[in-house]
Amino acid sequence: MKDWGYSILKGRQIDFENNDFSIAEYITKHEPSFRWCIGCGSCTATCSAARLTDFNPRKLKLLIQRGEIKGLADEIAKCMLCGKCQLVCPRGINTRNVIQNIKRALNTCHAL
Amino acid sequence: MAINSQHIVIIGGGPAGLEAASCLGTAGYRVTVLEKEKQTGGKLLIWDKLFPEFRNSDKVLNHLSNGFKTNPPQILTNAEVVSVIPENGQHRINLSDGQAFQADTVLITTGFKLYNAEKKEEYGYQIYENVITSFDLEKQLKTGNPIRIEAGLTPRRIAFIHCVGSRDIKSGNIYCSRTCCITGVKQAIEIKRRLPDAEVFNFYMDLRMFGQNFEELYIEAQQKWGVTFIRGRVSEIAENKDNSLQLKAEDTLSGRPIKMSFDLVVLLAGMVPEPRTVEIGKSAALEFTSGNFLAGLDSHISQNETNTPGIFIAGTCREPLSVAETLTDARAATVKMISWLRENETSHKKSLIKRDND
Amino acid sequence: MHFNLFVVPFTAGMLILAILLAVRYIKWLSDLEAGNRNEIGGNLFTIKTLYAIREVFMESLLHRKVFKTNPLLGYMHMSLAFGWFLLIVVGKLETFFYTGKFANKFYYPVFFRFFEPTPHKSSLLLAFNALMDFVLLVVLSGIVIAILRRFRPRIAGMKKITKHSPGDRLALIALWLIFPLRLLSESATAGYSGNGSFMTQSVGNFMALFLPVHQLAIVFWWMYSISLGLFMVSIPFSRYMHIPTEILLIFLRNWGIKTKDHFSGFSEIEIQSCSRCGICIDTCQMNSQGKNSTTQMVYFLRDYRYNQLRPDLTDNCLLCGRCNEACPVGIDLTQHRLLQRKKKEFEIPSGFKYLPVNQPVEKKDVIYFAGCMSHLSPVISRSMEKIFKTAKISYLFLDKNGSVCCGRPLKISGQFEAAQKLVASNRQQIIASGAKILVTSCPICYKSFKEDYHLNIRVLHHSEYLLELMLQKKLALHPSGKKVVYHDPCELGRGSDIYIQPRMLLSHFMELVTIDQEKENALCCGGSLGNLSINPEERNAIQMATAGYLNSVDPEIIATSCPMCKKSIAQFSATPVKDIAELVVANLEALSESQKSLKHHKVGQTIEI
Repeated sequence: MKDWGYSILKGRQIDFENNDFSIAEYITKHEPSFRWCIGCGSCTATCSAARLTDFNPRKLKLLIQRGEIKGLADEIAKCMLCGKCQLVCPRGINTRNVIQNIKRALNTCHAL
Repeated sequence: MAINSQHIVIIGGGPAGLEAASCLGTAGYRVTVLEKEKQTGGKLLIWDKLFPEFRNSDKVLNHLSNGFKTNPPQILTNAEVVSVIPENGQHRINLSDGQAFQADTVLITTGFKLYNAEKKEEYGYQIYENVITSFDLEKQLKTGNPIRIEAGLTPRRIAFIHCVGSRDIKSGNIYCSRTCCITGVKQAIEIKRRLPDAEVFNFYMDLRMFGQNFEELYIEAQQKWGVTFIRGRVSEIAENKDNSLQLKAEDTLSGRPIKMSFDLVVLLAGMVPEPRTVEIGKSAALEFTSGNFLAGLDSHISQNETNTPGIFIAGTCREPLSVAETLTDARAATVKMISWLRENETSHKKSLIKRDND
Repeated sequence: MHFNLFVVPFTAGMLILAILLAVRYIKWLSDLEAGNRNEIGGNLFTIKTLYAIREVFMESLLHRKVFKTNPLLGYMHMSLAFGWFLLIVVGKLETFFYTGKFANKFYYPVFFRFFEPTPHKSSLLLAFNALMDFVLLVVLSGIVIAILRRFRPRIAGMKKITKHSPGDRLALIALWLIFPLRLLSESATAGYSGNGSFMTQSVGNFMALFLPVHQLAIVFWWMYSISLGLFMVSIPFSRYMHIPTEILLIFLRNWGIKTKDHFSGFSEIEIQSCSRCGICIDTCQMNSQGKNSTTQMVYFLRDYRYNQLRPDLTDNCLLCGRCNEACPVGIDLTQHRLLQRKKKEFEIPSGFKYLPVNQPVEKKDVIYFAGCMSHLSPVISRSMEKIFKTAKISYLFLDKNGSVCCGRPLKISGQFEAAQKLVASNRQQIIASGAKILVTSCPICYKSFKEDYHLNIRVLHHSEYLLELMLQKKLALHPSGKKVVYHDPCELGRGSDIYIQPRMLLSHFMELVTIDQEKENALCCGGSLGNLSINPEERNAIQMATAGYLNSVDPEIIATSCPMCKKSIAQFSATPVKDIAELVVANLEALSESQKSLKHHKVGQTIEI
């Protein structure tokens, strides 16, 4: 990673080539529907936790796919697993299993 | 006058059926159109203005009937077809009242039905007063009366929800219904024209502006009319005490959930095949697409022929199409039908044909 | 004097078994929690012990519950279990009457015919002899059925049978060989000594025609003893551990001990009581409709017992409870599946700091909690609000603006501690409201409130509450004549034993039709939050099948009392699916036609063209 000296902007850009995709790979392996997301936002719209705190399941899953996993463990802990997201997802993604696998991935391949 | 004794039956007297009837009639064939409602015209009858240039639907209807000057088809209304069965190289078309017709070739143009938005119960159609579909709105627009919500008041803030019953595995329809996005933009502009002070918001997943002048209409909606487009699929609607509606969506582009109240919500419901189409298709052993529309033989080369020789399909009974595309599709079907009819004339029929040498 | 070397395999086998059993029993009993031990002590000398003895007789021996699944299947299991029991008991009695004393050598009754070649003279003993032959015949008939069933499960009414592990198969073969070998041994001996009865003597005479029965007999007795010994030794390591374990289980269960929210010594006993009979496979909709026959309880319990559990097996269960109903041993199967989901490493209870605490709540006597799912089916809570209004009940709609989840979905995924945080948040609100009655329209929430909230107020599912309102004449419902079929939600029916209330309510104003698979046998709608890993195709297959089954009686309406069931079934049903609250409101509204405000008048009717 070249050091351009613009350290103030370092965290802003998604540095795709240097990001960590181990969690995304783990999830895709166990729950292939993880890949079907079109980012419509219904999950976040209906989310019980998103109503009360800064929790955004759509964004969370998107960031994982981009390899941006910093702070993931704290965020994923907010999910109540209520299942509303799964009921509204137009692509039929098994969102609850994605959440479960995020937690497993964090424990098996990552000590975050 | 028909110069050919071969008989063509067209099932469905909407734009596709009428356009095909006019082409085939002009080509000299004897055509019968069977329409299950009490008048022909299909959905054009309830439609007010067509995108993208806001042409009056009557203009298209007039064009369709103008095509019948030379060799008008026999049009039967209140004629509901229940099955099409091959019989001795021809086809027997059975009606619900027991009547039957013989045809050398059949064109199915039974069209589409609007997705029953009641099924998407989280949107509250038929539960909340001020949730309507695009069809309901178009009918309101056609009356020319001022747009009103249930209590007789003028709505000040209106929402359009795209993709209702389309691109949604939970509704059972994975496919895109093609024309709803542009309809949403069109109707948004129409509302702004009638109610310049109203705020109009369109909630979309994607904006499919595929046709000529569609993108331009989208730009006009933003620039000239101030329609706001929010990228976020609405998950549920609740009703406030004053019958206004509260929408929950995520404003994905800002990454935050959004909560807004509206006086009127318009659901852009998608297209599904007419239930009769499925019955008729099954009786004729036709194949269906995964969306349960009638399947053509090949997606590039032969969309209007089916796996049953002599039975053709055109219009929205085979996939979601705009009116313009429907007319083109109907014409394309007639080309295939004419060449099929010429190949399949029997020697008996040959002796009856008076060749037109002009 | 009564000794031959061939008795050694059997005796050694029994000794080893006895030692291993004793070790295991001692470990189990000492692993029992203090609370459980008190329950034993308190109930040991009560009628519950008699109930236990009766249950052992009716279930472990006679297999009454298996007969309910299929008569031939019941006979098959009973003939082996009860038959072998009788062989032992009657055999012991026969030796008592023969020798005049109870205490003989341990192996003596087992090899009695060998050691006493002289034919009986007294009619009593001859009768015992005949009885022994008869029982042996019954056992053999059961074994024939068992062998045939391995190739054609349908003869015993089963579609799928357990795919046994190699170890279990060996034990099975040993078991199957025991009784034919006993027949051959006794018959061969009868062939030269004449001490057989109707069956053994006939076979013996036949054998004597062309075989050297005197020499052959000893060979058969050796084989008999070896197969017995092998089987005994295999018991602690195979599925046959269920024989001694189940008896202990029945006593403990009758004394009031059960598996609760953590794995205890008793849970271990439950798990080893599974006989792997496979009856749970056919009842499981993942198998019959979902084409998955590897995740059923029989395999789950086996893999758990041998420490080979895979997470996808633990997760892939609807927790519908149909297997619980069918299990002849009465193991609380779904509870075990649930307990195995508890994995500390996935629990992050600290994530819920954002939950509201000590929020001010309006004070009301009646609280209505719709639950997360109901918000996606707004007509249900809307109907409840209309009902409250009609019945003039002052109520608080606690989660009108959105719910904090009741906690059960989190719990059934194995995250018990995290779920407690959600419970605490809701509980605080419920208590702060001073409510005396909590009504919910969601069975999942209902079960959660009942089991985990420890509320001192009345907690009612809306089917119970609406029935009460109706009986109190607060709701005037009139017969509509509409044909309705009711679908029992898993969490309400098998999960909470509420079957009758919704039916009483519905039949008051509709024509309720019955179906075979209802109440305890009801199908699961497939929507279940209990299954985290099922793939969409399988889930749809189950949903479609259940919708199809309900439609098969041609109802005008399908009624249910759970928002999840409603959504699942409605997706695949042309017939309308309605919640009971909706139906009540429709009935009330039909009665008051003059109430214009309730009429749905659309601006611009959709024209069906």
